[in-house]
Amino acid sequence: MAFDSWHAFLAMGGHAAYVWSAYGVTLLLLAGVGLHVRLERRQLWRRLQRQARREQRPVRRAQEGRSP
Amino acid sequence: MMWAFLHKLASPQGFYALSARLSPWCWGLAACLIGGGMIWGLGFAPADYQQGNSFRIIYVHVPAALLAQSIYVAMALAGLVFLVWRVKLADMAATAMAPLGAGMTFLALFSGAVWGVPTWGTWWQWDARLTSMLILLFLYIGVLALRGALGTRQSAARAASVLTLVGVINIPIIKYSVEWWYTLHQPATFSVTSRPAMPAEMWLPLLVMVLGFYCLFLAVTLTRTRHEILRREASRRWVQALTGEGP
Amino acid sequence: MSRPERYAEPSGANRPLIAMMRRDLLLMMRSPGAWLNPLAFFALVITLFPVGISPAASVLSTLAPGLLWVAALLATLLSLEGMFRDDAEDGSLEQLLLAPQPLPLLVLARVAVHWVSTGLPLALMAPVLGIMLALPSGSYPMLMASLALGSAALSLIGAIGAALTIGVARGGILLSLLVLPLYVPVLIFGSGAVQAAIGGTPVAPHLALLGALLALALALAPWATAAALRISLNA
Repeated sequence: MAFDSWHAFLAMGGHAAYVWSAYGVTLLLLAGVGLHVRLERRQLWRRLQRQARREQRPVRRAQEGRSP
Repeated sequence: MMWAFLHKLASPQGFYALSARLSPWCWGLAACLIGGGMIWGLGFAPADYQQGNSFRIIYVHVPAALLAQSIYVAMALAGLVFLVWRVKLADMAATAMAPLGAGMTFLALFSGAVWGVPTWGTWWQWDARLTSMLILLFLYIGVLALRGALGTRQSAARAASVLTLVGVINIPIIKYSVEWWYTLHQPATFSVTSRPAMPAEMWLPLLVMVLGFYCLFLAVTLTRTRHEILRREASRRWVQALTGEGP
Repeated sequence: MSRPERYAEPSGANRPLIAMMRRDLLLMMRSPGAWLNPLAFFALVITLFPVGISPAASVLSTLAPGLLWVAALLATLLSLEGMFRDDAEDGSLEQLLLAPQPLPLLVLARVAVHWVSTGLPLALMAPVLGIMLALPSGSYPMLMASLALGSAALSLIGAIGAALTIGVARGGILLSLLVLPLYVPVLIFGSGAVQAAIGGTPVAPHLALLGALLALALALAPWATAAALRISLNA
């Protein structure tokens, strides 16, 4: 442990603003990447399943033809 | 045997099946390494004798900068594979990794600027490395913008591949010319390069962070390539069979 | 790609190439805007700097090499969009792709015409603007030489971007996004040469590096441009 107390850890020897903002933005970016990937998957699956359902309905398929 | 394996790997369906098994491990490993590395670097690594605790920014700055450059090179390699062997999967991977590369370049720039305040006394220094990183960000923006402008056109993939290859040939030229320019104009020397070798308790967490970032890169690329496969092969039977079952 | 028998008869192989260059030059002469507008733009931008910064000669003379180079670079950039656009619109570019001559060679001819119509006039005009920016005497030959050399590299690199953005509506801003980062080394060595001439330090390394960039661009850019043209037109 490089610090004596939690307080010293948070203060970062006077460099708190720099260290914590750099780490904060990093965590924000990493969380953003993770969320974006999850969101992308959910949207994609929803779209694909909607498409699959549409194709299973024979009447609609006859009207529309194969959807692109 | 080898070729059969490669062939299976290069087919979207084969890759989709393989990556399904691989990607959870990559995500888990990335989370463990980055989480552990951050705690190690923030709380346990010793402070630098000159820079004090602001030195801890290195644990996010260096991995981001390394990844920013590696991702561009990886994109260029994927572009080459796509242009020469017409492996569609390579282009899907290149598409998948481009935004992460831009994000990492931004992160390297941001952490570099923040680090600059306590070490150089200024947010922005036209330092050789920061400048070439900024140009790298513009190269990423160019590739993303070209893909965005061409959209789903067939030419988008090949055009972006050509641009990435042109960019990757230029990266070393830009790097050396910027370094040369900087040594000519160097105002007052704030050299961070001439440092004594780092002790192990300082570079070990760095190594962990670098490995963690590479795992993250792998995880994001695998997962987003899977998405790209589903998106582009949506009309194929195997994808439709898959979507009937659910995720 | 290249067939040896074609080189056995140089005059025959070069005839279409020369004809194309002659046509391009003729078209350029008939529409003076193509080569006059970049020059006017160059002069205009240079006029903006003293207005925006300071009319003091002492300030301007230190900035002059960089300002002249950046303005010339932007003028070249603006002219890039027209490099293939007209030909793409009237379909003659597709004819070019079908021509028996190797496409990189045809691209090279087109780029040469572009350089003659923009880079060379810019280099010739630069001393006049240099006087207006109080550029120290003695650096004028170097200004012209570096601009003439560098703008050839700019035309070559720019051709790749122009070819990639042919099919894009309002591709001008995209083109500058793609091309400007690639222009950085040329700018560094070009304005560096002029600054070295002013400072009395050897200019040869700058010019040599500029020449090396040009040689590299000459070797690679026509192929990349040819590939980009095929990609853009097959869509």
